[in-house]
Amino acid sequence: MKRLSLFTKCLIIFIGCWVFLRFIVGNVISVPIPGSVIAMYMGLIIVAILVHISVEDTRFREFLRPIHETLVDNNRRVRRRVIAVLIPLFLLGYTYSIIAQRTNPPGNPRDAHPSPPLEITYKDEVIGATQEVENPFRHYEKDDPEAFRAHVENGKRVYYDNCFYCHGDDLDGQGHFAPHIQPLPANFQDPGIIPNFQESFLFWRISKGGPGLPAAGTPWDSAMPIWENYLTKDEIWDVILFLSDYTGYQPRTFGEGH
Amino acid sequence: MKAGLGLRDSVPKKKLYLILGLVLLSYALLAIAPAFAQDMSEAEYRPFPKIGSRNAAWIAAQLHLLFGSFILGVPMFAVIIEFIGWKTKDARYDRMAQEFIKLCMGAFSTTALLGGVLVFILIWCYPKVMSKLSGIFGPTMIFYVALFFGETFTLYLYSYGWDKMQGRHKGWHLFLGVLLNVFGTAIMFVSNSWLTYQTSPGTQYGKLSEGTRQSWLEQKLAQNPEMSRAEAMEGITDATVIPLHNETTGEFLATVWEAVNNFTWMPVNIHRLIGNIAFGGSIVAAYAAFRFLVAKTKEDKAHYDWMGYTGNFIALCGLIPLPFAGYWLGREIYMFNNTMGINMMGSLFSWLFIIQAVMIGVLFIGANYYLWSGMGRIEGAQIYARYRPYMIAIIVICVAIWMTPRTLSKISTSSELSAMGGANHPHLGLFGLMTAKNTAVNIIILTTFVSFLFYRRSGKAPTTSWKKVGNIAISSIFFFAVVSIVVIGIVGFTVPTDLRVNVLTPYQVMIALAVMVAVTIIDIFMYRKATMSGTIKWGEMTDRSQYVLILLAITFTSLMGLMGYARSGLREAWHIFGVMQDTSPDAFTPLLSEAVNIVAIIMVMFFALVGFIFWLGLWGEKKKEAAAPAAADVATEDD
Repeated sequence: MKRLSLFTKCLIIFIGCWVFLRFIVGNVISVPIPGSVIAMYMGLIIVAILVHISVEDTRFREFLRPIHETLVDNNRRVRRRVIAVLIPLFLLGYTYSIIAQRTNPPGNPRDAHPSPPLEITYKDEVIGATQEVENPFRHYEKDDPEAFRAHVENGKRVYYDNCFYCHGDDLDGQGHFAPHIQPLPANFQDPGIIPNFQESFLFWRISKGGPGLPAAGTPWDSAMPIWENYLTKDEIWDVILFLSDYTGYQPRTFGEGH
Repeated sequence: MKAGLGLRDSVPKKKLYLILGLVLLSYALLAIAPAFAQDMSEAEYRPFPKIGSRNAAWIAAQLHLLFGSFILGVPMFAVIIEFIGWKTKDARYDRMAQEFIKLCMGAFSTTALLGGVLVFILIWCYPKVMSKLSGIFGPTMIFYVALFFGETFTLYLYSYGWDKMQGRHKGWHLFLGVLLNVFGTAIMFVSNSWLTYQTSPGTQYGKLSEGTRQSWLEQKLAQNPEMSRAEAMEGITDATVIPLHNETTGEFLATVWEAVNNFTWMPVNIHRLIGNIAFGGSIVAAYAAFRFLVAKTKEDKAHYDWMGYTGNFIALCGLIPLPFAGYWLGREIYMFNNTMGINMMGSLFSWLFIIQAVMIGVLFIGANYYLWSGMGRIEGAQIYARYRPYMIAIIVICVAIWMTPRTLSKISTSSELSAMGGANHPHLGLFGLMTAKNTAVNIIILTTFVSFLFYRRSGKAPTTSWKKVGNIAISSIFFFAVVSIVVIGIVGFTVPTDLRVNVLTPYQVMIALAVMVAVTIIDIFMYRKATMSGTIKWGEMTDRSQYVLILLAITFTSLMGLMGYARSGLREAWHIFGVMQDTSPDAFTPLLSEAVNIVAIIMVMFFALVGFIFWLGLWGEKKKEAAAPAAADVATEDD
């Protein structure tokens, strides 16, 4: 059996990686990966292949040999003509895919996380600097576990009375209303949500809702109501305790610096 | 004979006067800046024609910083190389160190000139800001000028005294080199205090003087007359960040030292110090690559190949700890102000950090590529080639993790978002969290270290009786280190952030550093009496590897420019965060695309200037070479 050339091997690796990301990861292991992320990974795979083949001169020449043969060897005339047709066709298809009218709406270009204000307020009352405001009931976790449980229970009541329609039974952002909201409600079970933010940030997000989002990083298009119009300050703090208690994730706290 | 010497000496003397004149002119401007700024204080802003004030200040500051980094970074390793040459009595090291310093000389006056341009732009376009800053930092600005004079004269003594201070004076010459670095580092620390104060005008309570504590307490009580002293001090610990100014009037309440020793000063100092070493090394390596590519003789190719290798090695030494220093700086920004931290990593500047990951990926892949290419010129290095595909795969997978964004809403269509069930991919989204990225970075660093280890071992055969045990020990250390780093990374998803940031991540870093130290020690002893199985054929490198060195320098430069945009942009619409608001027409954060364009322009300008300085050096060399035979002829006639 004829040995595969280095060029062919590299081509197989490249196509294999694409199939793996697009179909195996996207359909079997997990959910589909956005095309832009696949493109980014494929770019890296090209770099890896180029590094591997070009470190040594002999390997580089071996890689280039079939390309050189295709371009100049008379015995490769058919291959040359096929490629001469395929490249413009590929470019044509690619150009069409970029400029063609799309029927699906564009994604949401909002920022990952909104920047919190420097001060946390409830209605017009200033609670304190975002950096310093703490949940007034958090200390019960150590000082008075019974009182802490009572606040968590109250938070649970508030959550299931108000929040679960969008954020879901299991706090995973899969509530009844969720499929009809874009952007989707936050998934509190995600390890990147609660642990990344201080409780003051969560208080700000709940109390001010979508309309209270900052001017920068728009469009937010958040459907979150302004909960300070419906909930008391203590109810908001309680629901924050419930979120971390239920998911097991602790909101961000800070050490002492350098 | 005299005629010959006169011809040779006249060139450096003229150059010396020219450089001195430029330096004095530029820094005289800096010295008068406080007074000048006060005179101009009636106007708040003045527009800079055509490109606007912010862009003008941005370009001048970034160019000044790039040249500054170069002239601070290069002398650091020039002294080390000179010391190695002195101890090993290998004249090649001495020649290379001298060549590095020659490169510095041209860049030195350009740095000073750009500093002068920057001061002009700042006091013309931002008189009020300069007035405020010079009012606080006035004494440090005078100190800065004194340090600069110290550095200037030390550099000239160090450079022009090189040939005369050989032999028994070499120790003194090295002392001058060390002194030069002390001056350079001090200069950088002083100027860092000004810009870090703009970002973080606060210090921890424990670091404040008694007088400042009292001023702060009094202004707090004045703001809340019903508050008692005990209530005002409630929750205040030594670690609490205290603003250095009256929060209502903006009046400065602290001492100059407290303003200097502000919250992010030391993290920026350390980050820049290490960054300068890496940057200086990469620019020297790029210079060597250029000289290699145009070299006509085998000797020149060998010399510049070796120089490129040394420059890249030094850049790597700086690059390896750089992510750790950057992480510390990022952590301190979060500590100073949570909003600023979220802006940096999760909001306004988050996509910049994806670009940063791509560029650091390029740096690590490029550095490894160069090492692997270099092994091609060492006989007996082929035995390590079989590990290369696995190392490439590890590095590329880790870079992929590092550059995977957490939130994909900006780069996905609505149908892709629906398919993912939100803006985060349920599995790949985990790569977007810092615990995954830190794990990936540590593994990239260890893999790069393995490449270097292979390079070091190439062409050598250990003769120690315990070589097998040593290799097993080294392999085990690597294996357990990688397993530990990965396990810590996985645990990091489940623990509170405070624990991850303050305990787990430092553990990962310490494991990586400890592995490098332990393995280096074992390896040194194992290969102490190694026999040479092959020689290094200096000069027999591929041209591709030299282009990689140039790419590394370009990447470093772009990276510094882009991260400078982040550091400065984090203040948002504040000249001094929380104290002095930016009310100019430029009081908005430029788009990332705009920032990339400006940084690209700065990069082109920087390389054009550096290219011109290097060309001047080459031109001088050619003139000298042409003059040498003529001088020899004159000398012969005189004799």
